[in-house]
Amino acid sequence: MTLLSIEHLNSHFMTVDGIVRAVDDVSLEIGENETLGLVGESGCGKTVLALSLLRLLSENTKTDGRVIYKGRDLLKLNEKELRGVRGKEIAHIFQNPLSSLNPVLTVGFQISEPFLRHQGLKKSIANSRAVQMLGLVRIPSAPDRAKEYPHEFSGGMRQRAMIAMGLACSPSLIIADEPTRGLDVTIQAQIVELMKDLIKNSGASMLLITHDLSLAAQLCDKVAVMYSGEIVEYADIKEFFKGPAHPYARSFLESVPSRGMKPIRGISPSLINPPPGCRFHPRCDCSMDICKSVHPPLTEVKDGQHARCLLYA
Amino acid sequence: MLNNILKRLGIFCLVLTVSTSLVFFMLHSLPGENAEVMAKYIFLGNVELNPSNEEVQLVKEKFDLDRSLLSQYYSWATNAFHGDLGRSYKTNAHVLEEILIRLPATITLALIAVLMSLLIGMPLGILAAVKQNSTTDYLCSATAVLGISMPNFWLALLLIMVFSLALKLTPTIGYGGPSHLILPVVTLGTATTAVVMRLTRSSTLEVMRQDYIRTARGKGLDHRDIMITHSLKNALIPIITMVGLEFGHLLGGAVIIETIFAWPGIGRLLIDSISARDIPVIQGTVLFITLMYMLLNFTIDILYPIFDPRIGGS
Repeated sequence: MTLLSIEHLNSHFMTVDGIVRAVDDVSLEIGENETLGLVGESGCGKTVLALSLLRLLSENTKTDGRVIYKGRDLLKLNEKELRGVRGKEIAHIFQNPLSSLNPVLTVGFQISEPFLRHQGLKKSIANSRAVQMLGLVRIPSAPDRAKEYPHEFSGGMRQRAMIAMGLACSPSLIIADEPTRGLDVTIQAQIVELMKDLIKNSGASMLLITHDLSLAAQLCDKVAVMYSGEIVEYADIKEFFKGPAHPYARSFLESVPSRGMKPIRGISPSLINPPPGCRFHPRCDCSMDICKSVHPPLTEVKDGQHARCLLYA
Repeated sequence: MLNNILKRLGIFCLVLTVSTSLVFFMLHSLPGENAEVMAKYIFLGNVELNPSNEEVQLVKEKFDLDRSLLSQYYSWATNAFHGDLGRSYKTNAHVLEEILIRLPATITLALIAVLMSLLIGMPLGILAAVKQNSTTDYLCSATAVLGISMPNFWLALLLIMVFSLALKLTPTIGYGGPSHLILPVVTLGTATTAVVMRLTRSSTLEVMRQDYIRTARGKGLDHRDIMITHSLKNALIPIITMVGLEFGHLLGGAVIIETIFAWPGIGRLLIDSISARDIPVIQGTVLFITLMYMLLNFTIDILYPIFDPRIGGS
């Protein structure tokens, strides 16, 4: 059953240089107990897409479309209703824990806040729940650690603290933005194990944003590839790794170190003036004449695999 | 920790020596011989008349002004180190007593002015930041620019004209009950209030752009909680630094205000003693102002880690 469905979502920034189309007509679905990986290179709009869902973007952003969660359109809720969803129903695990944690508040307090806000717990009880959460994400001597400040934590521990904060109120959907970014490989592996366990035990759905395909392979049921603000491929994870349909997705997979680390030629297109026709055509090895003028729709290639490419249209 | 304190004590002594010796040598480079100016005050009580050579010589002998500057400074410094700041040339009173009598007046004035600037400046600054680019914001900013731009001697006279002379609401000048505090405090506090307001606004805006504020919103906290718990404590850090400096400034720099309002503080003591070339009093006052400034900075440094745990955590 569908938990969250994103329909024709646009997020545009008004800047002095023009309109930045960071998210352009994106439609996606996340089912219950399902983990969807949103992958793509830096600057393709993954994070903006994630922030649009709970309307956490700055005020110069224009977001339209529909984000239906349990029958309600999140984009139409008022601030108060939305606050009831944030952190309780849908939790956001932000990227870059060092800047996303408040430097002057203790980690324990920051984790206890969702309890205070959404469950109306007393301070002391919320605090002990926060300590429990820290224990759950396997932070040793949690009661003492809870009294420390973010700068006293290591990178991996800060990421764990972020995860603990996200999971505090047992949300139905977790949006995890680059949860392993900037961590060394052993810590990455620990975080992945931790998230696998937590997701399995809590039964929550997850939208996992990453540029790390191996992470997606370990955690996700489905994968959506984003390029220049658009979804260019949407597939079951198994189908995807058997053979991506879209030339960009193929190149993206081949650029992974374990698969030859073949670079994609050219540079990422501007989000203000994307190339006409297919946005990937200037960098595409399979490019045809028609690709320069016709913008391809997302079409079904085979069961459980969709691609935005004229090869399949 | 001990190392830190010792280092600080060393700097304390260095700053005190430099500031008092600078003032001392500057006094002696002023136009007009010191002994002559002092003789005018002591023998004639009138600045217009010229003292005779014998009278000037008498003054020189009495106060040892014939010795070299270095040895004069050295004997002052050794005495000061033993707690003896000497006696006033003019009144023969103990300098330390003169200063201690006047210190409470100055501190009261500065303290209340700083409190006023915090109580008014911070809420207005936060208001301006929350309602950024609104009429409220522009109004607050315009008022702040006005507050910073008005010279305080002019504001003092304006306030006296309006509130004492025209409306007869406050005493004009002098030292007495709480009503005497109103005009000097307002004059002194206006610029500081404006500075606090501008800084609170900019530092709150800066904090509101940070990632952790987005995290707080993502948790479902409401605007009030975000402002009070997440934003204010971070925004306070630069404000504390600034208020510390301003407070020191008010302690030593209330000279003009104290003169206008005939406020018996150390600022006025300093002005009076400069015109009489009452060197021991000048030296003592400068010593005290420097000392207070340094103590204040020291206090601020101690307060920092309370507001920003990243500083001096160990």
